[in-house]
Amino acid sequence: MGHTLIEKVFGRKVGREVKPGDIITVDVDWCMIDDIMAPFAISKFEEMGFSKVWDPNKVVLIYDHFVPATQVDDSRHFRVADAFAEKYGVKNVHRTDGICHQLMTEAGYVKPGDIAFGTDSHTVTYGCVGAFSTGIGYTEMAGILGTGQLWVKVPESIKVVVDGTLPKNVTSKDVILRVIGDLTASGATYQSLEFSGSCIENMSVASRMTMSNMAVEAGAKCGIFVPDQKTCDYCNIDYSDEIKELYPDEDAVYSRVLHYQAEDLVPVMACPSLVDNIKPVSEIKGTKVDEVFLGSCTNGRLEDLQLAAKILKGKHVAPYLKFIVTPASRKIYLEALRDGTLEILSDAGAIITTPGCGLCCGRAGGILSDHEVVVATNNRNFLGRMGTSKVQIYLASPASAAATAIAGEITEAPLDLF
Amino acid sequence: MSNTFTAKIWVLGDDIDTDIILPTEYLALKSVEDMKPYAFSPLRPELAGLIQPGDMIVAGKNFGCGSSREQAPEVVKALGISCIVAKSYARIFFRNAINNGLLLIENQELRDVVTEGELAKVTPGEKIEYMGKTYEIANLPDNLMEILNAGGLVKAMRKRNGLD
Repeated sequence: MGHTLIEKVFGRKVGREVKPGDIITVDVDWCMIDDIMAPFAISKFEEMGFSKVWDPNKVVLIYDHFVPATQVDDSRHFRVADAFAEKYGVKNVHRTDGICHQLMTEAGYVKPGDIAFGTDSHTVTYGCVGAFSTGIGYTEMAGILGTGQLWVKVPESIKVVVDGTLPKNVTSKDVILRVIGDLTASGATYQSLEFSGSCIENMSVASRMTMSNMAVEAGAKCGIFVPDQKTCDYCNIDYSDEIKELYPDEDAVYSRVLHYQAEDLVPVMACPSLVDNIKPVSEIKGTKVDEVFLGSCTNGRLEDLQLAAKILKGKHVAPYLKFIVTPASRKIYLEALRDGTLEILSDAGAIITTPGCGLCCGRAGGILSDHEVVVATNNRNFLGRMGTSKVQIYLASPASAAATAIAGEITEAPLDLF
Repeated sequence: MSNTFTAKIWVLGDDIDTDIILPTEYLALKSVEDMKPYAFSPLRPELAGLIQPGDMIVAGKNFGCGSSREQAPEVVKALGISCIVAKSYARIFFRNAINNGLLLIENQELRDVVTEGELAKVTPGEKIEYMGKTYEIANLPDNLMEILNAGGLVKAMRKRNGLD
């Protein structure tokens, strides 16, 4: 019997064939600790009685949720993490470079076939390069810091096939929102989402990241793509024979197969306050909007900013509307600065902020108040996520977000803009 | 894990996410004790103050979905919740709860029949008795029982490191 992609990744790691349901112990290639969770993971690590980190070169500390600090106690997290890095010889520390999930592949850590764990649920993002990665709590992270290992149950897989060419105002964000709507917020719990099809093959790694990032919103343990030439170019490695072996067998067994024809897909949004409450933008068109947020580990990449700039060029956001743009990393910020994207966005009235988690986790500039409406490109519209529990959050693609910012009400990007 | 206990029931719905269990703004408070008053505040601001040690939560599907914040199961445990009975759990919450020694029980039927404030009798790994009816419950896999029996992952690791 054949194997799914995730079974191959795990099988190679443990040196034998694995099947769904097997409980295996894996050696960890990378662990990522963010600033919110660092003090908690560190204190558990010390409580466990470890005297050294198993391999300091495999540990990456990233400060992003609290950068720059917005509350007086935030900087304590940086101090505690800095002291830990110093004491245990952890050299990979990113203090102001951007969002953890952007940096773990962008800065050259996670590669195809790797196994990575992080203290944040959107750690699933690294599936975009054909790695297994998932979020864990700080106690488990403490255990990894000491032992370099963690147990995993080999998941069943759901195959998501997208063939064809997307309409120009439909992005990979619309695709993953549609998938989550069809699966529901718990439809992929404990399972691996495996993406394939001609539309997926033609997508940039950045677009794939948007999809792997949101796999967890359907409850999935990971969202994984077959690594290809594009992946290897992005990771700055050779497309080696070893990497070419990471693909699912023809006769692999899936718990479920979803098939989409890209031409049939339309711009959609996740409506308040559930990620699986998906509606076509045409159905909610006209809803007045107070703020638009373009950014996050879901959609804060260069192609997202460029797409928004294309729509906003020579136009201006609605007079009362706040349009907040947060590039996912310093690298992206600089690229968008140099190619003129930020200038177009700023001319259009955008408030451009420093790279980081910012508004997405409800801690930085742009917090909303009761009954206000925000259209946002991030990944969660839970109650209270971006302000009070009476804020209405709509999750959207960068294209829909930009078009909405101009109109001041929910709208989709017209096709003739491109 | 064969100690039977009786607990008062608090009823919650489907998809109780970790931002509801503990909103992001309280994650950086210095201790779980400081976080306790804010548990479930976006949904039911009064709930944390009403929960008494030993009470239980009965909820729908996908309990604990959302972020990986371990403060979520820790704060539930700190409120004295004896166990959660839900139709299903999100995977990170599930692992975090076990690692903190918080008992989770999966049951499809109970949520649809219980009334808040009533009592249920729980025998872990065996059954729940409610209003004269018995609901069977499964045991957890061995590797998880080892962690639960050690009293959580920190204690299991301390033992491994020869400290306890």
